[in-house]
Amino acid sequence: MFYREAGDFKTSYVEDGQTFPIKFDRYRYYAVLIAAFAVVPFIINDYWVNAVFLPFLIYSIAAIGLNILVGYCGQVSLGTGGFMAVGAYACYKLMTAFPDVNILFHVILSGGVTAAVCVLFGLPSLRIKGFYLAVATLAAQFFLVWLFNRVGWFYNYSASGQINAPERTVFGVPVTGAETAPWAAYLFCLVFTVACAILARNLTRGMAGRKWMAIRDMDIAAEIIGVNPLRAKLTAFMISGFFVGIAGALFFAVYLGAVEVGEVFGINKSFLVLFMVIIGGLGSIFGSFAGAAFLVLLPVLLKNVLVGTLGWPTDLAAHLEFVIVGGLIIVFLIAEPHGLAQLWRVAKEKLRLWPFPH
Amino acid sequence: MKKTIFGAAVAAVMAAAPALADLTIVDTSYRTGPYAANGIPFSDGYQDYFTLLNERDGGIGGEMINLVECETGYNTEKGVECYESTKGEGALVYQPLSTGITYQLIPKATADGIPLHTMGYGRTSAKNGKVFEWVFNYPANYWDGASHAITHILDQNDGDISGKTIALVYHNSAYGKEPIRTLEGLAEKHGFDLTLLPVDHPGQEQKSQWLQIRREKPDNVIMWGWGVMNQVAIQEAVNIRYPMENFIGVWWSGSENDVKAAGDRADGYKALTFHNIGSDYPIYDDIQTHVVETGNAAGAGDQIGTVLYNRGMYAAMLAAEAIKTAQEIHGTAAITSAQMRDGMENLEITEEKMAALGLPNFGPEFKVTCENHGGNGFGAVSQWDAEAGEFKLITEYFQSDQEILQPLIAADSQAFAEENDIEMRCN
Repeated sequence: MFYREAGDFKTSYVEDGQTFPIKFDRYRYYAVLIAAFAVVPFIINDYWVNAVFLPFLIYSIAAIGLNILVGYCGQVSLGTGGFMAVGAYACYKLMTAFPDVNILFHVILSGGVTAAVCVLFGLPSLRIKGFYLAVATLAAQFFLVWLFNRVGWFYNYSASGQINAPERTVFGVPVTGAETAPWAAYLFCLVFTVACAILARNLTRGMAGRKWMAIRDMDIAAEIIGVNPLRAKLTAFMISGFFVGIAGALFFAVYLGAVEVGEVFGINKSFLVLFMVIIGGLGSIFGSFAGAAFLVLLPVLLKNVLVGTLGWPTDLAAHLEFVIVGGLIIVFLIAEPHGLAQLWRVAKEKLRLWPFPH
Repeated sequence: MKKTIFGAAVAAVMAAAPALADLTIVDTSYRTGPYAANGIPFSDGYQDYFTLLNERDGGIGGEMINLVECETGYNTEKGVECYESTKGEGALVYQPLSTGITYQLIPKATADGIPLHTMGYGRTSAKNGKVFEWVFNYPANYWDGASHAITHILDQNDGDISGKTIALVYHNSAYGKEPIRTLEGLAEKHGFDLTLLPVDHPGQEQKSQWLQIRREKPDNVIMWGWGVMNQVAIQEAVNIRYPMENFIGVWWSGSENDVKAAGDRADGYKALTFHNIGSDYPIYDDIQTHVVETGNAAGAGDQIGTVLYNRGMYAAMLAAEAIKTAQEIHGTAAITSAQMRDGMENLEITEEKMAALGLPNFGPEFKVTCENHGGNGFGAVSQWDAEAGEFKLITEYFQSDQEILQPLIAADSQAFAEENDIEMRCN
C-alpha cells in the first residue's frame, strides 16, 4: 500500500534516476526537510539544541564521512577522532587569523585542510589492508592528539592549552559564542548536514561511489576492470576527511565552544563514530543518520527516563545506561547484522506489499 | 529520521519533569568513570550539607533547598547537557568540579546570568572580578597551589633551592597545564629546574614518566592529578622507591582513596589543602543525627569525614553562606541567581561564622570583593600517615607568592577581556 510503484510511471532518465524514485518516499523526504527547516527552529530551546539536535546533526556528518571510507570503500579507519580534531583546530586557527572572513567559509576550509591531512594518512592504505590499516589510522589518531597538545602554535599559546571559539556571525546573526540563539546554531548545522548528505548521496550513486564499492568488494578484480586503486582509495580518504573535518569544526565552534583535544577528540570518539556507522548500516547514508541518532539520543532518553521520571540515583542510571545501550547494540547486530538501515529497507519492502503480502 | 524526531520529542517531555522549587542547587557530580573515586566523596559532602540544612533548619532563611543531581562522568559533552537541562529550573550556582567543564560554562553562564563557583580549580584568572563578573574561585586557585608547593619545598631546604630539579607530573589537560606558567615564573625567581611530565587521560599508563623520574632523580616531584591517575602515580612512586616526603600533590591529589591502594609504603606522601581535615568537628554530630540516622545520606554514606567529603561540605557551606548573604542584601528569602551573585561577591568568612556553624578553625578567613573573586590564597600542607590511615596537617596556613601571581593573573584576564570585548567593572 505504501511505497507503491504501481501507477508511478517515469518518462525520462532524469526522473528514473532520482534519489527517491518512489513517490511516497519522496514526499516523506520533503516532509522531513520542511519540518526540519520550517517547524523545528520555531519550537526549539537551549536544551533541545545542545543536548539533542546539535550532537545528532554533527555526529551525522561525521558518520557520513566515515561511512564513505569504511562502508563504501572498505578502508577501516580508527582515526576519526584525530581527523575531527584537525577540523576543529583548523577552524580555530582560521577564525582567529582571519576574523573578517565569514565562518561559513572557515568551516568549509577546515574540511579542506582535514581532507589533505586525511589523504596523507591514507597513503599506507595503498600497501596495507584490513586490521593493519586500522592500526595505521590508529597511529594517526594518537599522533594528531599528541601534536595538538604539544605544539603551542595550534592553540595560540593559551595557558590552558584549550581553544575557545570567539563570536562569529552569519548575516549578522551570531552562530558561535555564548550569545548564539538556539535556532541560529541549529539552522547553521542543519544546512551543513543536509548539504553533506545530498553531496554524499550523489557521490556514492555516481562513478566515484561505484569505484569505491568495486574496491571494497574485491580490489584485484576492480583493478583488472580498470579502476585505479590509488585514485579510488585516496579520493575516498579525501572526501571522508572533508566531511569529518566539517563535523569537527562544527563540533568545536558551534556545539562545545571550548575544546580540549585529549578529552574531546580522543580514541573514544573514533570508536563512537565507528559504532554509529556499524549500527546504522555500512554503505548507507540513511544508516549514518540512524546510527548517530541511536548513539546520541538513546543515552539522553535513558537518562531522562531513569533519573528525571523514575527518580533513580544518577550513578545507577549511568551504569544501567551502559548495560542497556551495550545490550541493544548486541541485539541489533545479532538480529540484523547489516544495521538499522537494513531494518528500514526490510520494513519498506514489507510496507510495499502490505496489506496483501501474497 | 522519523524515529529520531520521535525520540527527541520523548526526551524533551521527560526533561521537563521536576517542578520549580525555592532554592535550587545543582550538583554536577560524577559517580561513574575513571574519576569516580574522587567525584563520589565530594558529591556526598556537597549533598549532605544541604540535606542537613533542610532537615535541621528547614532550609536557608525559611526556604527549602531543592537539590538536583546530574551525572557528568567528568565529560564535557555530558556536562553541557547537565547544564542545559538544569539551568531552566532556577539553579542558583554551578559547581562543576571539572576544569574542562568550567571552561565550557564560563561564557554560557555569563550569558545566562548564573554564577559559577570553581573552588580551587577552573580558570585561575577568574580571580580577577573586574573581568569575570559571574565566576568565583575562592578561597584558593591552582596558581596559589603551585606557589604553596614551592614555598613548602623552600622551607624544607632552608630557603635555597637554586640548582635543584623539580618535576611536575600533570594530567595532560587544561587542569594539569594551569600551574605550568606559575611554576616557570617561580623557577626563574628561585633558580630551580622544572621538568614537565604530562600524563594522558585517564592516567592509567604512567610507566614511562616514572621511568624518567627514576633515571633523572629529581629532588622533588609535584603532581597535578585527578581520579585514577592519582592512585597509579602514587603506586608507581612506591614501585621506584621514590622518597615519599619529596612527593607533593595538589589538593586534588590528596584523598584517602588515592593513597590507600599503595599500602603502607605510601606513608609520608604530602598533599596541599585549603581547608582542615578529619571529622573532629561539632557539625559531624549534627550530620550523624539529622542526615545519617534519618537515612538521607547521599551515596553509600561511607565517605563521611574523608578529605574530599570535607571539601564538598566546605563548598556547600560557602554556597549556603553566600545564599544567606544574598538574602540579607536583598531582603528576600527566595533569591534569584543574579541575587546569588551579589551574595557571593559580598561573602565574608570569619572564624566566628565558622565556629557558629560547627566548623571551628576549618578554613582560612577571607573576604570576597568586586575586584577579588579568589580569596587570599592561603593553604597548608598535609601528610599521609599510613599507620593511622589519615592525612594530618603538618604546617600552618600560609599565603601564596602574590608577587609572582598578581601580574600573571592580570595579564591572563586582560587577554581574556580583550578577546571577548569585556569592559572592566568595579571602577
